[in-house]
Amino acid sequence: MENNATTYSRRSFLKVTSLTGGGMMLGIHWLAGAAPSAAETGLDVVKETFSFNGHIKITSDNIIQIMAQNPEFGQNVKTSLPMIVAEELDADWKNVVVEQAAFDLKLYTRQFAGGSQSVRTTWKALRNAGASARHMLREAAAKTWGVPLDEVTTNAGVLLHEKTGKSVTYGEMASAAAEIPVPTDVKLKDLKDFKIVRSPRKNVDGLNIVTGKPMFGLDYRQKDMLIAMIQHPPAFGLKLKSYDAKQALKMPGIKHVFTIKLFPDKYERQIFDTRTFNEALVVVGKSTWEVMNARKKLKVEWEPITEKVECVHSFGSERDEITPAGLESTDQHFAKMAERAAQSANELRKDGDPEAAFKNAAFILERTYSAPFLAHNTMEPMNCFAHVTESKAFFAGPLQAPEFAEKSLAERFGMPLEQVEIQMTRMGGGFGRRAYAHYMLEAGLISQRAKAPIKLVYSREDDMTYGIYRPAYTATYRAALDANKQLIGFHVKGGGIPEHPIAADRFPASAVDNYLAEGWEIPSNLTIGAFRAPRSNFNAAAEQSFLDELAETMGKDPIDLRLEMLQRAKDKPVGKHDNYDPDRYAGVLKLVREKSGWDLPENKGKNRGVAAYFCHNSYAAHVIDLTIKDGEPVVEQVYSAVDCGIVINPDAAANMVEGAVVDGIGNALYGALTVKDGVPEQNNLNTYRIIRHHEAPKKVDVHFVQNDIDPTGLGEPPFPPVFAALANALYRATGKRLYKQPFGVKSVE
Amino acid sequence: MAKFTLKINGQTHRVDVDPSTPMLWVLRDHLDMPGTKYGCGVAACGACTIHLDGSAVRACQLPVSTVKNQEITTIEGLSASGDHPVQRAWLEHDVAQCGYCQAGQIMSAASLLKINPNPTDDDIDAFMSGNICRCGTYLRIKAAIKTAAQQS
Repeated sequence: MENNATTYSRRSFLKVTSLTGGGMMLGIHWLAGAAPSAAETGLDVVKETFSFNGHIKITSDNIIQIMAQNPEFGQNVKTSLPMIVAEELDADWKNVVVEQAAFDLKLYTRQFAGGSQSVRTTWKALRNAGASARHMLREAAAKTWGVPLDEVTTNAGVLLHEKTGKSVTYGEMASAAAEIPVPTDVKLKDLKDFKIVRSPRKNVDGLNIVTGKPMFGLDYRQKDMLIAMIQHPPAFGLKLKSYDAKQALKMPGIKHVFTIKLFPDKYERQIFDTRTFNEALVVVGKSTWEVMNARKKLKVEWEPITEKVECVHSFGSERDEITPAGLESTDQHFAKMAERAAQSANELRKDGDPEAAFKNAAFILERTYSAPFLAHNTMEPMNCFAHVTESKAFFAGPLQAPEFAEKSLAERFGMPLEQVEIQMTRMGGGFGRRAYAHYMLEAGLISQRAKAPIKLVYSREDDMTYGIYRPAYTATYRAALDANKQLIGFHVKGGGIPEHPIAADRFPASAVDNYLAEGWEIPSNLTIGAFRAPRSNFNAAAEQSFLDELAETMGKDPIDLRLEMLQRAKDKPVGKHDNYDPDRYAGVLKLVREKSGWDLPENKGKNRGVAAYFCHNSYAAHVIDLTIKDGEPVVEQVYSAVDCGIVINPDAAANMVEGAVVDGIGNALYGALTVKDGVPEQNNLNTYRIIRHHEAPKKVDVHFVQNDIDPTGLGEPPFPPVFAALANALYRATGKRLYKQPFGVKSVE
Repeated sequence: MAKFTLKINGQTHRVDVDPSTPMLWVLRDHLDMPGTKYGCGVAACGACTIHLDGSAVRACQLPVSTVKNQEITTIEGLSASGDHPVQRAWLEHDVAQCGYCQAGQIMSAASLLKINPNPTDDDIDAFMSGNICRCGTYLRIKAAIKTAAQQS
């Protein structure tokens, strides 16, 4: 067993009388593992609830309430994080009720959905929380029964003393346990004794979802709430000049038309303060349809923006961000990137003498890859409820990063943090988009001005054309080979609008003697931000396609080439080498090789592509098999191998990987947000193509590397390598290498 | 504004709204039935799928004035307590990730099985293609529809 100091410095017992005081929109909570009727019946007889810490409450009638501390956007943390607590508590999962925790940094650390970090960063704290409460229950039982603590054991929510045959449920001992001091250190379970973690548990919100219960931000409502929508400029590079709201105000149900200013001049932005337009024209009315209609009656004049420079703070560093004037177009973006790529760039990493290696090379393979802006298109458009009064700013909505939002909101409304309350609703998707809480600030400013509780609603068009997009990128990869076709030099030079994607210390850094990574950037007035595996989603697509072509050029099997390079990085790493673990990287390649039957003769004729990547602390590899039917790719089968350490909830984890595969194929084939004269050319789901049922792979086999390494995340790591596995399979099917995303269907005709 | 009497999930509801108001917003804003989701407003995503006299329709394209006597079923009324075969199959396969599109997916799937109790993969693809799942749960949706087909 492992000893662990507890993180609770003082007692936090709280005797409360009802389970339903958590302030959630839903008055009903379901038991995680039981049928709803049983759960509701169970809750009817709740008598007393004892709080052990911020994570656990136990009722006298043996219901174990576990708080889900992080926001949920489909990554399953509302189920998987409480599983960790329940494991160390040794609870009976059937008796567990999960409730979304409020945003409260006094009780929880890192209440953030992003970077695939929820499980990784809470693992220890959640284990401690469960183990502490279990210890207190055992100590209470030992005292009550007058037996040594060591002789009190637990089994699925029951305290036992074998010698005397005594046993009680946790619920029966909860009252006495609440009198026990919080232990200063606790023993954690051996992994081999795990009963909940590593075994599949159903989504705790499954029944709420299939019965349409209100859970999402857009479902949130309060009495006398008004609806607000923003009329934003029709193009990037424009701002509001003047407006005439006479007709709009005459429309039924309309209460106000006004403008709000998001940040004051010279505001020093924090990284997640990104917003597209600083001034917003707002329509407020009684219902969504009325506001949508009134918005059409606004007469607005727009004018060009002038260039501005803002100071942006990002995790301790700061930089000036330029927003240029002008109406940009996608064609012009790619022309500019090609021009800029030919010029010198910032050196990000250099090992050996890459210039000499390329000068002396017998053969150089050089390929350029590019990808467009992407819109997140979460199924639930951006929205937020806000009620701001002089003494309080209350928000309820879908957001990934309440901690960052709270600070910015407090500053903007001139209130101490204590007066800002944020309720985290379930999110209808996030993919990075909801790390940017400008829509909360907008909602708050609208509420303050309208002196009313309001819900800000983005239409789908607003959501897509007023985005915080994945940037457009390009990168040129070069490999120097000697006369024996051995790799002697590797060079990547990448750039983008407005940021470059290059992660210079990642593989194949350390695997090649002579290595150079460079980056360059071109400013833009399109707003950009995190998108599922930021930068990695492009790097993996480009680099892993390049390695496939390189392997072919070198006359090697693509998996063999990667394994040889990884072996080199392990045996004799070149330069700084602390970014990836070559063994774990090779591990997913070996697993996918085995599971896909890569070396079997009967599979040699298949159109299959392989790719692997490491990002966000986890390793992933895919093999994709496809055929071509009527010029369109049909993905017959995908084999996925993932190493994220201990897998908390295996079936839900497989679901995440399946989803990443589908999402990766969709974005690789169809994803693109293009602009013409500053206007996004796609504004709804009938013009922005998203992968649909008939385009999804027929089968996805997900395999996890089995090890006892502390768990890491899954939301992002399986996504980036999908693009290249698809491109490499399409090459086998069509004979054409694909360098430009989206691959579309024309490329494979 | 005009008054309408609607039959929804076996109950009668009265609303006083603009006749052009889509059923989506009548349900969500006026009747406090937010199970039917807004996704696009142009019948491109399927999140707002409901049943009109038993057939799947997109509520964002259904003005309240056109409903008249037809029976509306929403996700809230598909079953009394989540025990419709499609809902049970969804739970069995633990389909949902974010869950936002799933009410629409379930309403489409229930409508498909009514018309075609034993759909092939191609039948499922064809019928369900109007329902987008941005999380990419399509494989589980297909598996759940097949399970529901066996049980209904």
